[in-house]
Formats: sequence, structure tokens, C-alpha cells
Amino acid sequence: MKLWFKSGAPWVWMTAGAVSISLLSVIGLLLLIASRGLSFFWPSDIHQFEIANSSGETSVIIGEVYESEQVPTQRLITSGIEFDKEQGEFVERYLIKTGNREYVELDFQWVLGPEIVKETRPSGIAVFERSKNGNFYGFVDSVIVDGKTIRENKEDALFAAIDRAVDLNDQALDLQNDEIGAINYQLEKLRLKERKLELEDELTDAALRDLENQRQALRDEYKVYEKELFAFRDEARRDSVIVKDMRGELVTLPIFYVLDVSFPNDMNFFEKVIQYGKQLGKFVSDDPREANTEGGVFPAIFGTVFMVLLMAVIVTPFGVVAAIYLHEYAGNNAVTKVIRISVINLAGVPSIVYGVFGLGFFVYMLGGSLDQLFYPEALPGPTFGTPGVIWSALTLAILTLPVVIVSTEEGLSRIPGSLRQGSLALGATKAETIWRIIIPMASPAIMTGLILAVARAAGEVAPLMLVGVVKMAPTLPIDGNFPYVHLDRKFMHLGFHIYDVGFQSPNVEAARPLVYATSFLLVTVIITLNITAIGIRNHLREKYKSLEH
Amino acid sequence: MSGQTNIALKTESTRKFKDKFAKYGVMTGGILVLCALLLIFFYLLYVVKPVFDSAHVDSREATSTLDKAYFATGIEEQTEISYAITPNATVDFFNAEDGMSGQQIASIATEVPGEITAYSQSAPHKGLFGFMNDDARLTIIKPFFKIDFKNNTRSLTPRVQLPFGEEPLPELLDEEGYTVEKFVFAEEEGVLGILYQLQNGAVRYARLEGEENMFTEEIEWIVEQSELDFVDGKVERLLISPDASRIFILTKNEIYVANSRVGSEVELLYTKNISRPNQQITTAKLLASANSLMLGYTDGKITQWFEVNGKAGRDFVQVRDFTMDVEGSDKAVAEIYPEFYRRTFIATTSSGEVNFFHTTSEADLWQGKLPTDNITDISFSPRSNAFVVLSANQLDVLNVENEHPEVTWSGLWQEVWYEGYAEPDYVWQSSSASDDFESKFSLVPISFGTLKAAMYAMLFAVPIGLAAAIYTAYFMAPSVRKIVKPTVEIMEALPTVILGFLAGLWLAPLIEEKLPGVILLILLLPVAIFLTAFAWHNIPQKIRNRMPVGWDSILLIPIVAFVGYFSFEMSPLVEEWLFDGNTRLYITNELGITFDQRNSLIVGIAMGFAVIPTIFSIAEDAVFSVPKTLSSGSLALGATQWQTLIKVVLLTASPGIFSAVMMGLGRAVGETMIVLMATGNTPIMDWSIFQGMRTLSANIAVEMPESEVGSSHYRILFLAAFVLFIFTFVFNTIAEFVRQRLREKYSSL
Repeated sequence: MKLWFKSGAPWVWMTAGAVSISLLSVIGLLLLIASRGLSFFWPSDIHQFEIANSSGETSVIIGEVYESEQVPTQRLITSGIEFDKEQGEFVERYLIKTGNREYVELDFQWVLGPEIVKETRPSGIAVFERSKNGNFYGFVDSVIVDGKTIRENKEDALFAAIDRAVDLNDQALDLQNDEIGAINYQLEKLRLKERKLELEDELTDAALRDLENQRQALRDEYKVYEKELFAFRDEARRDSVIVKDMRGELVTLPIFYVLDVSFPNDMNFFEKVIQYGKQLGKFVSDDPREANTEGGVFPAIFGTVFMVLLMAVIVTPFGVVAAIYLHEYAGNNAVTKVIRISVINLAGVPSIVYGVFGLGFFVYMLGGSLDQLFYPEALPGPTFGTPGVIWSALTLAILTLPVVIVSTEEGLSRIPGSLRQGSLALGATKAETIWRIIIPMASPAIMTGLILAVARAAGEVAPLMLVGVVKMAPTLPIDGNFPYVHLDRKFMHLGFHIYDVGFQSPNVEAARPLVYATSFLLVTVIITLNITAIGIRNHLREKYKSLEH
Repeated sequence: MSGQTNIALKTESTRKFKDKFAKYGVMTGGILVLCALLLIFFYLLYVVKPVFDSAHVDSREATSTLDKAYFATGIEEQTEISYAITPNATVDFFNAEDGMSGQQIASIATEVPGEITAYSQSAPHKGLFGFMNDDARLTIIKPFFKIDFKNNTRSLTPRVQLPFGEEPLPELLDEEGYTVEKFVFAEEEGVLGILYQLQNGAVRYARLEGEENMFTEEIEWIVEQSELDFVDGKVERLLISPDASRIFILTKNEIYVANSRVGSEVELLYTKNISRPNQQITTAKLLASANSLMLGYTDGKITQWFEVNGKAGRDFVQVRDFTMDVEGSDKAVAEIYPEFYRRTFIATTSSGEVNFFHTTSEADLWQGKLPTDNITDISFSPRSNAFVVLSANQLDVLNVENEHPEVTWSGLWQEVWYEGYAEPDYVWQSSSASDDFESKFSLVPISFGTLKAAMYAMLFAVPIGLAAAIYTAYFMAPSVRKIVKPTVEIMEALPTVILGFLAGLWLAPLIEEKLPGVILLILLLPVAIFLTAFAWHNIPQKIRNRMPVGWDSILLIPIVAFVGYFSFEMSPLVEEWLFDGNTRLYITNELGITFDQRNSLIVGIAMGFAVIPTIFSIAEDAVFSVPKTLSSGSLALGATQWQTLIKVVLLTASPGIFSAVMMGLGRAVGETMIVLMATGNTPIMDWSIFQGMRTLSANIAVEMPESEVGSSHYRILFLAAFVLFIFTFVFNTIAEFVRQRLREKYSSL
């Protein structure tokens, strides 16, 4: 024993334990995010609880079981809860999502195990997904279609009515966003044009008349669209459904607000899988609703991807050129050493410092000057002098510059020197060698650097909070209005979405599953990018190893 | 043929040119990286620098020559028009624009019935002037400027307003025969407080509350009076706070501070001796927001007093003092003139020498001589970018550049005694709703928070990260290492916002509930690993041989997982057994420690998790690249694996390990999202593991979007970023330097 101890073997095991802890925590973390994020879309059963509390009152609660936990009985007793029967040391407590936000005080309710008299999963409970006030749970009593009450085949009638309303609402939304949005955009352009003419002292009567005519034309057009929009909305308001809720009362729900209905208790596994896929699809393709706590994350995905691509376009040339300089041109002198230290430092500077720099230098200084020069008509309202997607991309480009440099340089250093010498010996200039031989061979390494940079940028939040990200962007950075790409706009970002919904939202409890789902999405994207990059790099190493021999 | 050569020559030269061009182009690109770093450095510095600039004063060519006697002056917000007020309630307006040589542009007289016996002015930001007549009726006037926008040009028209009606206020005296000799007044939300002294020396306080009559629409005043009989000795000065809640009466040696919130009964709060040996009091003034009383003495000393809520109850104490720093032997403080909202004030001497001081930062901002002596009054502009000086026969306007008087290097890093605080302290409280808020910019609490967060993170990350790196590099089987290394790299790539979110919303409640489990885990884990090792040592060689060398960590995974599960399952039982069933209550009540749900433990674990990969990968590289010849030599001489590791490998790799720790520290110091989400972000100074902190980075993230561009707050946040930049710059540069040295050493081996 003593000898064994002296040999240091236990300490070796301890260090092995550290590896196990690290591995276990990474894997555990990923599994946690995956399980929480993915289970959110699973159509869980709806329970009906009959509850009798200590004072003898009975009630019915319908909802999804959200969470359960063990609570020491003693703690409950001290907090003033009485039990009829003797309880064990711990009591099970359930958090039930009851929905029906407009009729109950809280849409989440704690229920103690011993209070539950009876638990059933009755068939026929409908879950209504709504664009306002969250989910609604209850039994469908009847459907009112165009004034007629339908009790026979009510499910089919309900599905048909919902499809119709959703369709009409979509059309109305498209009209509002595309046609009416375009008119508003053009009106704003006209206002700026007028202001510009005024600033240049060229606002003649003729010009004014011309502007007014254009404005009038737009307003006329607007009236037509508006009428159409109202027509769609009125049409969509036609039907409603009568539902018996958990209080036993009949409630009329306008189908105008209903997005979808499902009967999870009546679904078999296969149907549930389909429903799951549908929900997942909606999550990535829908706009957020109700202060981001419900609906999808499409604008955040779009904003993240757009910003990251813009950043990639900026960072690649600079990073590659810098790496080529460091590896192919720079001598082993003090300047090179200083540049190398700056690369390391750029990689080590906290991201928030980049945010501060971006806000001060890009947004206020550069953007402010651009506004003075090119957009004086919009002042004092800023055009580029306010956080926006271009500034975010630029800030993150500096932040990820070292990633591209380090990775490209590694690629360059793996290309055997004999290739360079061969090319030079055949009479090519250095520039030609680099352009024709080195860069094509190093392109997978450049790709690796780029992927790593994109992965880093996609997960970075702190600097973006200062230079352009918002919790809710009314418009995407790309739309149908000339010049189609709006680099001055603010955008939504998956990482910021997680922070905002998880910490700033009014109903954290309701939003939490959504945050897990968003996290899962972000983690998946980033890990996929990283694994791809690692894969390319390893492949490259193998390839050059064989070249060397 | 010759044509072809020509083309060849031509292409030759273009090729040469292209080669040169590429060379310089690439060089510029490389140097741009350096420029980017320098740009960040100098831009941050450029924004921060004005904070430490001292004040500048230069005179404006706008001197008005006066032919009347005035007692008070003022200037409007745009500093275009100044005014002076005569003792008989006439307001004369002058053009104060540069180069306009101060012509008089208007004169507005207000009718005051009877004979004026006394006059006085309110706190500067209220801009009121009062005239008391021989019936003890007060008329209050307010000069103001009407702004018109006609034809897109702005024009200002001076006016005089009577904010309390055309009629003078009701009589303050019921007995005949006495007149008011001096008085001060203040108004807040329709309540007027007037502190006055009669000819016979009696001091009285009147509280007037205006109520509009429903029928006649006239204001009816309810007057409450009280006699202040506690004053002993000749009254030198009367002062009243702008909200009429405190009155100050100064005699030769004493100051009386009384609560005047309830008018009918003025309650004496403090009587303080303010005399200094051989020195006379020359002046007394209240600063902006009127928490502080400034007293000037004949030897040029100015003392600041305010109410504090100390351990021994409330008290009125002298907090700090300033000394006039002027040329000439006459240093006696003639008068003190405060700014509208900030704690900057001017102190003058009778010869026209002035000093600019700021109380909070204890800064002596400017010292110089005014164009005139014998100053009657000085008044700042509302934006504090100019002031007017009224003397016997001229009115001068001076420009002031004094953007950030509240910030000094010592104020940022040393304890400061803020108004209302019991003692000097480090406080970060950057903003508040009111204009005259005393900003508290101490970087100490947030720097402390940064170090605290980094320390707890390192406490968690260094042992695990280094141990894991050593094992992976030295003992682990290559096949396992191939999987472990990328896994840890992926751990590094995890967005910190996700770590922060999990820490704040999942880990924090979990640990709060299962705290005994966490303690149990920390105790059990090493024991379990040790026992496993011992068990493994004692099982037959045959079974042992089945497992390849260097797979120990894989073998340990189920054991670690089981211990973790077991500890958390046992947590409620341990809680019942050791902590009376509720750990949180136990910690707060029995141990007397405050317990935040989002505390340093959470930050330590979450940020440690983010730092482990940084430490791991650099340390692993360092250990792995120790030449095999060294360890082989040691093993050949009979040392065990562990002995070789400790005595040979680690010793050689120690600079690399050091640089790994430095890099990790750099990362922990700058991390934003995790601390933002996993702590309560309160700027407290306490090492307790159960409390949170506010770090430099989180502070920037929280406050930057709300700070006004160019304000002191904005610049201090830039300073915070600069401090972070320097912190990480130092760590990274040292680490990189050490690493480069190490690389050179290995290459020679």
C-alpha cells in the first residue's frame, strides 16, 4: 500500500479523474441542452386533475405537467400547508401549465401530490395554439362556421375553419408587410428627398408639386390595399369555436386568433412524430410572438446568418493577407515578433472591449461622419450613426481576424518548402508562386479558419449588444425595397435572443423551453461548424504528412 | 521574332511589377493587424483622455459697462443673453454673444408696492429673485426667455415673470413697527419657505402654501409662522435648501441646522461650533442639491459639511476642506458660487482671484484672475459652459470648458466620502433620475468583482484543466487522446451565452436546492477516485491486462457519473441531517452569511467551465512537446512515471503551464455574458462565495447602451474597457513571451 502510494499511481488516477470530469461535463451539458431543447416540441399528454385542497374545496385542473420535484414535507408544513393524512418525508409537487391566460390568474400552477384526488388523460382535450394569450386547453363543444353551429363532425369543421383563418391571416400579413410596407418605405424616401432638396435650396414649387403628386399616388394606392387588408381581416374573423374549459364553463374563442389545434391525448406515436416535425418546422420558420416568448426564431436565424456572412466577406481577405505576410514575406525580425504578439493579443482582448470600440469608433465616429456626408436630410435621425448590422459585422471581423490568421498560417506552414522552391526554380515570381501554388493548396486551411471564425461570431453576444442587435427587429436586413440590402438596419441574433428571452422576458417560466430550443439550435450549428473545421484540418494534416515523405 | 521578345520583355516587366506590388500589398495587409490593435488602444485612450483634463476658462468679448447698481446676475441656457438685477426689481438684459461687446437689449421693471427693505435670490437652478417691502410682503420675479422659431431661425425674447401672481405675497408680520432686514426663500411644488430676520434681530420662519380658489381663481395663501428662539448671538447669514426642508443659521461661531419641513414647528437638529482659531468665517453657501454647506474662512480655507447617517445616529459633520490656491497674500474667501447641478463651485477673493473646485473629486480645477475685482455676483449658465461676473461697473462673460470635474484618478481608485454617506467608501452608482445627483464613479467595486469572479473561476478551472492536460499529454493512450482533444476544443467553442443561460436558469436554482449535494460531491469525488485506483491496483493482473494503458479516464467516467448522481440524490438527506432541512435558511440564520441564488459559486463553475479548455489546450501542448528523450532518460534511471512527470516533464514544461494559466486568467477577466447572466450584478465588495458581484465587463454591457455619448459616464465606461484591455494585454503578452522563449529552448534541445 505504502509502496503503491509512493509510486504516485493514485495521483495519476486523480489526473485521469480530471479528464473524466471534463468529458462528463461537456457531454452532460450537450445532452442536457439537447434533451430539454428537443422535448419542447413533443406533443405531451394533457392531464386532467381533480384536486381537493386541505380546506376541502375541489377543483379541476387541465394542463401539461411541466416539471415535478420533491419537497420536504416539513418545509410545506411550516409554510402553512396542512395535510389530512400522514405524509412521508417528501412530497411530490407538480408544475402544471394550464394556459387559458385570460381566464386564470397564472398560466402556471403548482399542485401537491397528496391534493390530487384523481388523474386522467381524457380523450378529446384540444390544445389551441393562439397568436394572443398563449395556449388554450379544453374540450371542443361546437364550432360556429359562418353563423351556423356545427356539432356533427366538429373536428373536421374546426380544422377547415382554422386552415381558412390562418390562410386569410397570412394573406393579410403578406399584404401588410410587402405592399403596404413598400408604400411606407417610399413615403419615407419622399420625405427625405424633400428635406434634401430643402437643404440644397432647390425646393422649387415644381419639385414640391411633383413630390405631392407622387405622395398622392402612393396614398391612393395605400387606400386600396388598406381596404383589401380590412376585407381579409373581416373574413378571417367570421368563425369561432366554443370550448369547455377546466372551470366547466363554455368559452367562445375567435378562430381569428387560433393558429393550430391538436388533440395530443388521441394521437398515436406516429401522429405525434408528425406533429413534432410540424412544430419543429414552425420553430425555425415562424416569427416570434408575444414578446418573443412564443412562436419561432426565424428572424434571429436570418439575422445571425446574414451578419456572419457579411463578416466572413470582410475578414477573409484581411486574415489571409496577414497570414501570407507573416509566413511568406516577413523576416524573423522585431516587427514580425510585434505583429505576432498583436495577433495573440487581438485574440485575447475581451469581446466586450471590441463592442465598446465598435460603438465608439464605427458607430459614432465613422457612422456619424457618413451621416453628415451622405445623409444630411435624415438628420438628426441617424442612418449609419446608430448600431446596425454592418457595424456588427465589422466589429466581429476584427474579433475573428486572429482566428483566420492562425488557421491560415498553420496551413501555410504545412505546405512543404520543396513546392515553393520548385516553383521558384522554374522561374515563377514569388507572387505567382503564392497565387498559383500556395493559396490553392492552403485553401482548405483558409476554409477551416473561416469556418472557425464563423462559429466564433455566431456565438458571440456581448459586443453585439452594443453595436447592433435588438430584441425585436421590425424588418429584416434584406427585403423587396430598393436597394434590397439594408446594411444600416438592426437585426436579431440567436445568442442575444437566448439572453433576452431567458433573462429579460416578463414570463421566464413560459419562455424557458423556447430558450432551450434556441440554445440547442445554436449549439448544433456551432458544433457542426467546429467539427467540420476540425475534420478538414485533420484531413489536411494527413495529406501533407504523406507529401513530406 | 523581335515582336515576341518584346512581348516577353513586356510581360517580364509587368510580372516584376506585379511581384513587387503583391509584396507591398501583402506587407500592408500584415501591418494592418498591428494597426488594428494600435487603433483600438489609441481610440480607447482618445475617448478616455478628456476625463482627466482640467478646466479651461477664457473670456468672451462681451463686456457690458454698467451705470447702475445691481445685486445679482444670470445668463440664459444658450449663453446668448445675460442679465443683471437692481435692488428695486428692474432686470436689465445684455447681449452676451462673443464680439457683440455686451450691449443692453432690454430693461424690464417690476412694480413693487411700498419701499423695498431687503432682496435675495433663490438657488441658482430656480432662477428666482425676491424683494421684500416695508409691509413685509414679498414679490418674486423670474427672468426668462421666450423662444420663437420663425422662418427657421431661433429668436430669444427676454421677459420677466411673476410666478406667484401679480400681487405680492401676504404680509408676514402681524405687529407693526418692524421691517424685514434680511431673508432667504425657497420654493418647491407650490410651497414657499421664507427664513427672515427682523430689524430687532429676531429670526422667524414662514411656510406659505398656495391654494387656488375654485371661484375667483385667485391663489389663497395659508401662512404658518414660527419664531426661532434657539439662535444665540448675532446672525451673520441665513440659508435655506431649495426644497425648503432644511434651514441653516450662521452666527459668528455657530451654525444651527433645523428641519423646516413642517412650517409651524421648526425643529432644531444640530448646533455646531464652526469657529477656527484666529480665523473669521467670511461666507457660507449651499451647493447644488443643497446637501452640502460650504464655509469660507479668512485664511482661504473652505470647509464642506453635510448630514450623515452614521452608526451613532444622524449628525452634521465637516467632511473635507479645500485651500485657496491663488497668487498674492490675500487668500481670504470672499464668496462661493455653486453651479446649477454639479458639485463644482467657484471661490473668489476680494482682489478677483478665483479657484474652481469640485467637492466629490476634491479637485482644484482651475485657478486664475477675473477681469475685475470687487465682485458682486457670479452666476453659471445652466449648462455650466459659461459664467457671468458682475462687478461694480461691468458685466463680463467667461467661457468655461469643464466637462468632467467629477472624475479624477484618485477619485476612481480611492475611497470618497459622498454626500449622505456615513464614511468614505468605494461606490459605483452611475446614474439616477434627478439632475443634481452626485455620480459615484469608483472603479474599485467593479474591478474587485472582476478579480473575484476570475479568482473563483480559476479556483475551479486550474486544478481540473491542468490535471486533465497533464494526463492527456503524458499518460493517455493516443487513440483516446484523438477523441479527447477535439471534445475539449468543442467545449471551447460553446457560446458563453449558453453557458451563462444554463448557469443562471438551470445551475443556480439546482445548486440552491442541492447545495449539500455539491459539498458532498466535492468531498466524495477524490475519495471515490482514490478508492477506485486502490481497487484497480488490487485486482488480479489478468483482468488488469485486459484494459490498454492510458484508458483510466474512460474507466473513471461511470464512477464520476455515479458519484455525482449519488451526491445529488443524497442531498436532501444530508440537508435534513446537517442543516435542519433547509440549507439556505441555515446559511443565512446560523452562519449569518447572505445567500444570493446567483452567487460566486455559480460563476466559478460556469466560467471555470469556459476557461478549462483554454488552460487545457495550451498546457497540453506544452507538456506534450517536452522532448521524449528527457522522460525516457528519467525512466531509464529508475524513476517511476509519476516521479518523472513531476521532476522532469512538468519542470521543463512549467513556462508553458504558466502561460496557460495566464491565458486562462485573461479569458476569465474579460468574460461578459456568463457573469452578466449568472450573477445579480450588484457592485458589492465581499469575498463571500455565496454572494454575487458586478464585473467591469458586465457593467459595460449593462450601462453602455444607456449612457449619453460624451458624458463622464460614457468616458468612464470606456476607461473600464481600457482597463480590461490593459489587463488582458499584460497577461497575454507575458504568456506569449514565455511561450516563444520555451519554443526556442525546445528547438535547441
